[in-house]
Amino acid sequence: MDATLPNSPYAEDARAVQMPEKPPARRSGKLGDLVFLGLTRGAAILTLLLLVGILISLLLGAWPAIREFGLPFLWTAEWDPVQEKFGGLVMIYGTLMTSLIALIIAVPVSFGIALFLTELSPRWLKRPLGTAIELLAAIPSIVYGMWGLLVFAPILSTYVQQPLQRAFGDVPVLGALVSGAPVGIGILSAGIILAIMIIPFIAAVMRDVFEVTPAMLKESAYGVGATTWEVVWRVVLPYTKAGVIGGVMLGLGRALGETMAVTFVIGNFNQLNSLSLFEAANSITSALANEFAEAAPGLHSASLIYLGLVLFLITFVVLAFSKLLLMQLAKGEGSRT
Amino acid sequence: MSALPAVDADYRLPLHRRRKVINAVALMLSLLAMAFGVFWLIWILWDTLFLGVQGLSVAIFTQDTPPPNADTGGLRNAIVGSLVMVLLATAVGTPIGILAGVYLAEYGQRGWLGNVTRFINDTLLSAPSIVIGLFVYTIVVAQMRHFSAMAGIIALALIVIPVVIRTTENMLALIPNSLREAAFALGTPKWIVIRSVTLKAARAGVVTGVLLALARISGETAPLLFTALSNQFFTMNLQQPMANLPVTIFKFAMSPFSNWQQMAWAGVFIITVGVLVLNILARVLFRQRH
Amino acid sequence: MDATASALKHNEKVKMRVRDLNFYYGKYQALKSINLEIPEKKVTAFIGPSGCGKSTLLRVFNRMFELYPDQRAEGEVNVDGENVLTSKEDVALVRAKIGMVFQKPTPFPMSIYDNVAFGVRLFENLSKSAMDDRVEWALRKGALWNEVKDKLGQSGTSLSGGQQQRLCIARGIAVRPEIILFDEPCSALDPISTAKIEELIDELKSDYTVAIVTHNMQQAARVSDYTAYMYLGDLVEFGETDQIFIKPRKKETEDYITGRFG
Repeated sequence: MDATLPNSPYAEDARAVQMPEKPPARRSGKLGDLVFLGLTRGAAILTLLLLVGILISLLLGAWPAIREFGLPFLWTAEWDPVQEKFGGLVMIYGTLMTSLIALIIAVPVSFGIALFLTELSPRWLKRPLGTAIELLAAIPSIVYGMWGLLVFAPILSTYVQQPLQRAFGDVPVLGALVSGAPVGIGILSAGIILAIMIIPFIAAVMRDVFEVTPAMLKESAYGVGATTWEVVWRVVLPYTKAGVIGGVMLGLGRALGETMAVTFVIGNFNQLNSLSLFEAANSITSALANEFAEAAPGLHSASLIYLGLVLFLITFVVLAFSKLLLMQLAKGEGSRT
Repeated sequence: MSALPAVDADYRLPLHRRRKVINAVALMLSLLAMAFGVFWLIWILWDTLFLGVQGLSVAIFTQDTPPPNADTGGLRNAIVGSLVMVLLATAVGTPIGILAGVYLAEYGQRGWLGNVTRFINDTLLSAPSIVIGLFVYTIVVAQMRHFSAMAGIIALALIVIPVVIRTTENMLALIPNSLREAAFALGTPKWIVIRSVTLKAARAGVVTGVLLALARISGETAPLLFTALSNQFFTMNLQQPMANLPVTIFKFAMSPFSNWQQMAWAGVFIITVGVLVLNILARVLFRQRH
Repeated sequence: MDATASALKHNEKVKMRVRDLNFYYGKYQALKSINLEIPEKKVTAFIGPSGCGKSTLLRVFNRMFELYPDQRAEGEVNVDGENVLTSKEDVALVRAKIGMVFQKPTPFPMSIYDNVAFGVRLFENLSKSAMDDRVEWALRKGALWNEVKDKLGQSGTSLSGGQQQRLCIARGIAVRPEIILFDEPCSALDPISTAKIEELIDELKSDYTVAIVTHNMQQAARVSDYTAYMYLGDLVEFGETDQIFIKPRKKETEDYITGRFG
C-alpha cells in the first residue's frame, strides 16, 4: 500500500516501513467461542437440573408419608413417632406464626431505619450506620440462636413475659395469648429473634430504593409545601413500592427458612395446646434440625421430608407471588388509554 | 370557574400545626427505629465477644472436643474441619457460579434459558438451607449409607453457587458496553473479550461476591446437620463425618454441661470474628477498586 | 450591582425585592450581591450561559436550597415586605406560596386527580365536591382539563411529556400560590408542547407573578415582560424585554444576545 505520492517528503519513510504480511486467520477464536459457550451454558443448565433434582428428591423421600397421610397431613396436629402417626400442623403453624410476628416487628422498624438513613441522618453518619445495619445481616444465625437462648430468653421472661402475664392473664382473648410458662422460649421469642435477623435485609433494600428516587421528584413535593414525612410517605414510598415489596418478600423468605435461630428458642415441643405465644412450639425447620438425624427410616423420616417439601413450596410460592406482584406493578404504571 | 376568592394567609395554619406535629413524631420514631437496630447489634456483638473471650484459651486451638464435664479440651477438630469444608465448598462452587453468571450476563439476556435460569437462581437463593441439606442427604448420604464431609461440602457448595451467580451477573452487568465494543472492534473473539476484558474489569466485584459467599457458608449450620454431621475426633478423611464449628456449637450449647457451654461461646466468638473480618475485607476490597 | 434601580416602569407594583443576595455552594460563591425587583403579575425571564446562576437564584426564592446542607444564602428576598429567607413562618407554608415547575416533568406516582389534589390535601380540608371543583379549576388553568377530564383516575405517568408538564403546572396552581417559578420548563419537550406552555404562561400572568429561567433566548423574548441577564453569578442587566433585546445598555448583554458567545 502506497498512500503517499512518490515525491513527498514521507515517501522515503513509507518505503522504509513496510506493512507486515497479514497473519493467517486464527481458528482458535471460533473453537474457543464454542467451548466457552458450552461451558457457561452447561453451568446454567446445571442450576436448572439442581432445582428439578431438589423437587424430585424431596418428593421421592416424602412419598411414603404422602401416600400414607395425604393432604390432611397439613392440618393434623398429631406427631407420634412411636405409633407412627404424623401430622404437620404444629410445625406449619409455628413456621407461619413466627414469621408473621417477625414481619410485624421488622417492616415498620426497617421503614424507620431507611427513612432515617435517607432523610434525617447527617452525611458523615450515613456510611457507618448503614454498615452497622449490614453487619447485623452478616452475623451467622447460630450466634443469634445461642445468644437468644442463653442471654435473651431469661431477660424476655423476666421483663416482658411475666409482667404481661400478670397484666393480661385474666383478660379473655389476650389472656389466651399470654398463657403458658413464661420462661422466655416459644413462638414470641422466636418471632422477635427472627425480626432482628431480617431487619437488616428489609432495611437495606428500602434504603437503596429510597436513595435512587429522583431528587427532582422529591423537590416537586417539597415545592408544593409538603413536610419531610409527607414527601416520604406520600411520594417516595408509592414511587418505590415495587422495591419495597421485593424487600419485604425477601425478608419473609428468610424468616420462613431460618433454622438455627428458631431451633434454639422455640422449645422443640410437638403439641399445639393453645394459641399462646409463650408456649414452647416447633417450626418446620426446628423439627427437622432436632429430629432428622436420628429419625427412624420409614414414616418418621418420610414425614419430616414431607415437611421439608411443604416448606420449600411455601418459600417458592412467596417468591413467585412477589415476582408476579412486581410484574403487575410494572405494567400498571405504564398503562395508557 | 376562572377565579377563586383571594387567598387568606391564615387559612392554612390550623391544619398545618397538626402536620408539623405528625412530621416531628414520624421523624422521632425513625430515629428510635435506627437506635433500636443499632442497640441489638451492639448488645449481641458485645455479649458474643465478652462471653466468647472468656472461653478462649490456647487449648481451644490445640486440643480436640472433649467429653462432657472434662477439664481439658478444645475445638481444634471443629475449627480445622470447618476450614477444610468451607474452603473446598467455595473452590467447588465458585467456578460453576462464575460460569453460570457469565452465561446470564453475556449470552443470556434474551431467550428462554437465561430467563429461566435467573428465576431458578432466585428460587435457590431464597430456598431454606435446611432443604438443601435434605436434598444432599437423599442423594449422597442415603446412597453412601453414612454421613460424610464430602456430603457437607456438596451442600455448602450448593449454597455458594446461587450467591456467586447473582453477584457475578450483577457485576458484569455494570461494565459498560462500550468496553466490550472496543474489544470486539479489534476483532477479538467473544470468549476472549469476556475472559480478558469484561471479567477482568469486573474482577473486584466478582471476588467480593466470592468472599461474601464464603462468609455466608462459614456460619451455616443447617446444611451440615444431616450431611457432615459432626465428629468427636480429629479426621481429615472426607468420607467420614467431620467435626465442624457450627454443629459442634449447636450440640454443646443445647447441652446442660458447663464446660461444653463455655466452649460453645468460644466457638461462636471465633465464627463471628471470622465472618465479620471477611465481610469488612470484602467491603474494603470493593471500595478500593471502585 | 445596581443594574436595576427602578428598571421597572413607574406604575409597576413590586412583588419581590431581592437585596444584596449572595449564595454559596460550600466555599464556592455562585451568586454575587444580586439586587433586583420582580414586578407583580408580569413574566420575568432570566437568561444567561450555563453556570451563570439563574437556576440557583430561582431555587433561593422558594428556599429549595435548604434541602442540601452545604448550600447557603445571605441577604434578603422580600415578598410583600417580608424577608422569605428569615421568615418565622414554616418553610412549607412559604413554599406553598411560591410554586415551582422543574426542567423535567415530575408527575407523582398516583392518579391525575390525586396529583392535582396532593398539595391541596396538605393544607385544606375540602369536601369531595369542593375538591372536585378545585381539581377542575386547576386543570383548566393549566390548559389540560379537556384532555384529561375523562381519565382523571389514570396514572399521571401515562400522559405524554407535554401533558405531564402541564399536570405539574396545574398541581402547583391548585394550592393557589402568589408566585410561580419555572426552571427551564420546556427543555424536555417538543416544539408543539413548548408552544402550548408558552401560551399558558402568557395567560397565567394575569393572576400570578411569574419568573422563568430559560436558556432559549427566543423563548424569553416571546414570553416575558422583563428580562434579567446573568453571567457568572452577577446580575449584569435587567430591564423591559423589548429594551434588553433591541437596545441593551451593557456590552456583555449585547454580546450574549447576538450570539457572540454562550
